[in-house]
Amino acid sequence: MRTARTKTPFLSGVAAFGALLVTSAQTLAAGIGQPVPWQMDRQVAVTENARDIHNFEIGLHWLSLAISLFVLALILWCVFRFSEKRNPTPSKTTHNTAIEVAWTIVPVLILVAVAIPSFRLLRTQLSDPKADVTVKVIGHAWYWSYEYPQTDQGGGFTFDANLDEDKQPKLLATDNDMVVPVNKIVKIQVTSTDVLHSWALPSFGFKIDAVSGRLNQFWFKAEREGTYHGQCSELCGQRHAYMPITVRVVSDEAYAQWLTEAKTKYARIDDGAKFADAR
Amino acid sequence: MATAAAHAGHDAHHDHKPSFFARWFLSTNHKDIGTLYLLFAFCAGMVGAFLSFGIRMEMEEPGLQYFSNPQTYNVFVTGHGLIMVFFMVMPALIGGFGNWFVPLMIGAPDMAFPRMNNISFWLTVAGFMSLVCSLFVEGAPGASGAGTGWTVYPPLSAAGHPGPAVDFAIFALHLSGAGSILGAINFITTILNMRAPGMTLHKMPLFAWAELVTAFLLLLSLPVLAGAITMLLTDRNFGTTFFDPAGGGDPILWQHLFWFFGHPEVYIMILPAFGIVSHIIATFSRKPVFGYLAMAYAMVAIGVVGFVVWAHHMYTVGLSLQTQSYFVFATMVIAVPTGVKIFSWIATMWGGSIRFTAAMHWAVGFIFLFTVGGVTGVVLANSAVDKYLHDTYYVVAHFHYVLSLGAVFIIFAGIYYWFPKMTGHMIPEWAGKLHFWLAFIGANVLFFPMHFLGLAGMPRRYADYPEAFAGWHKVSTYGGHIFALGMFVFVIGVILAFRSKERAADNPWGEGATTLEWTLSSPPPFHQFETLPRIVDEPGHH
Repeated sequence: MRTARTKTPFLSGVAAFGALLVTSAQTLAAGIGQPVPWQMDRQVAVTENARDIHNFEIGLHWLSLAISLFVLALILWCVFRFSEKRNPTPSKTTHNTAIEVAWTIVPVLILVAVAIPSFRLLRTQLSDPKADVTVKVIGHAWYWSYEYPQTDQGGGFTFDANLDEDKQPKLLATDNDMVVPVNKIVKIQVTSTDVLHSWALPSFGFKIDAVSGRLNQFWFKAEREGTYHGQCSELCGQRHAYMPITVRVVSDEAYAQWLTEAKTKYARIDDGAKFADAR
Repeated sequence: MATAAAHAGHDAHHDHKPSFFARWFLSTNHKDIGTLYLLFAFCAGMVGAFLSFGIRMEMEEPGLQYFSNPQTYNVFVTGHGLIMVFFMVMPALIGGFGNWFVPLMIGAPDMAFPRMNNISFWLTVAGFMSLVCSLFVEGAPGASGAGTGWTVYPPLSAAGHPGPAVDFAIFALHLSGAGSILGAINFITTILNMRAPGMTLHKMPLFAWAELVTAFLLLLSLPVLAGAITMLLTDRNFGTTFFDPAGGGDPILWQHLFWFFGHPEVYIMILPAFGIVSHIIATFSRKPVFGYLAMAYAMVAIGVVGFVVWAHHMYTVGLSLQTQSYFVFATMVIAVPTGVKIFSWIATMWGGSIRFTAAMHWAVGFIFLFTVGGVTGVVLANSAVDKYLHDTYYVVAHFHYVLSLGAVFIIFAGIYYWFPKMTGHMIPEWAGKLHFWLAFIGANVLFFPMHFLGLAGMPRRYADYPEAFAGWHKVSTYGGHIFALGMFVFVIGVILAFRSKERAADNPWGEGATTLEWTLSSPPPFHQFETLPRIVDEPGHH
């Protein structure tokens, strides 16, 4: 999955740029849960909401491209047609009510068209479905810890996830991973014990800040087993770049087994059930 | 739009200049203070550019090459942001061009409060000194300097930085903020009271409009910043807990206060540029600006709406659905007046007789690049999408497109446009054009790949990064070198201008340049408009 890093000279960079324009689909297949060299688009989405947002964002970028090219075309036409040489006598037109109304109304309509799906996605993103699994995520300078509350399925333990310098991909792998079952609604409750941090997972399409004194909540339903990487996304001091996030999405059976193992391996917590019930 | 029907001759007795020390250190002359601001902005810009060079060198390869302590990298990022915002862009566009050309354009002999003008400048210099000091005193344990980002979010800026570096940075913002508030009062008073007879607000040049709106934004937003940083200062030193949950405070309160200032601040940086670009486009198209009133009121609208969109910087902090929806909506509204301005500039060129001087290159390049920065702003305005892109390099790309390729491009456009007026010397056109192409190519190679990095998930303010991001970072650093090369061409152009025997005409740009500064000599007399010019309507100009 990981491509060996080579010292890519600038020219092959340009070549790669060209190649990617043609076959950006290849990058899609190459890396899941982590970035790949010369990537130009988003990481593969593995939740429904992330996929919807991805598609919306692609639409927005096509719109952006169209608007930019339209403006560029107008500018280039002016530069060509109305140069001193071709048009020695300037017109004195300074008003045209129809066109001024048009370039006010048309952007309004475009923005309304953008806003409708945008609000719908936001509503889904911030909805509060019933959780199958709840995990408390706590940011520290500079590592994350995860608390699995005691439920009838198991849990009742906590562990720290530190950067593991020996694992690949470099700077993205942790010693202990957060493990969740596939196709289950996982609710994370995020806070911090010191400075601000932000729990970000590109494959799940979101990030949520870890703020001391606040309990922020987000949910995801990962549809694909695998290992997904993210990085702290709020400046938190010296080792900001060295507190990655690794989530392993596994089958129900593997999850049950992991819960049993984790219970003996990690430190016990007793009062977890309380916040698991809280919604 | 309007021209001077009559104005005073420039008799020699106007030019009794004070001695060197009195002229430059105790200055009360708006043109001298403008010059001081421009020189200061250039020096501070060099420091800010040095810091960005450090950032780009480090980012060229994954791993730590130049910074043994990543905290020092954070300090560079913080210093670069604060210096470029408060001590380069603002002094250049507001203090520099604003001081020079607002009085000239509205036909005033000077600013309303010349002595206050002087202290505005020196407070800014003192603020810069304080910020430079902060780089060399301890901040976070074991490292010097404030590594908080320009946003200075607590608790990192409070408990995370026990040393005095953040106090120095806060003091820097207090000093320069006080200077800016005094400057804003000065601009508002000057523009509202000292326009030449006959120059109603609706006949006032767009640059003066831009500075007027900017001054109101400064006046209303900076006190909020001043309050917030004072609260931070007492949190740090006197045991208050405004931003500390342990004592009932909330770190998010800081973010609301900061961005209530911080979002108008980005318009404070770009509105004067909007004003300048309107004049340059009109001058070199030999056509009055298209839709003058819409242009003026679009700036007013941007200023007003700019105050009610601040939390779009905070989509990931845990705001409610209703709050986020409102800020999505309000943020998108700003795209409408901005679109009006973009299209009106193009309409100004449409049907014109365009002369491609160096200044015009920069202005036209600005229109396109600002559009690119604008559309990515609309992408980021959507909270659902921003949850992915927030605090990634996509955001870095976005704000460098609107500021580095927006505001900075227009600072250079303004220099190439007004240099003959300010100095009486001409920068060779080839230098300005070569500088433009190097900056245009360099800045795009520098910042466009950052969109890709952000989409791939690269977070901001990282001294070290996974190897997958190495490729585009390398390209980006090459772009930085090209941009830097352009700066050498600029310096050479300025040197050649002063060495050349050629003297600039009073109006080197021809009939398209209709504002009052072109009716004066180049450079203008030490005191101008002793007899006020009278503005008469010219049919066909409106």
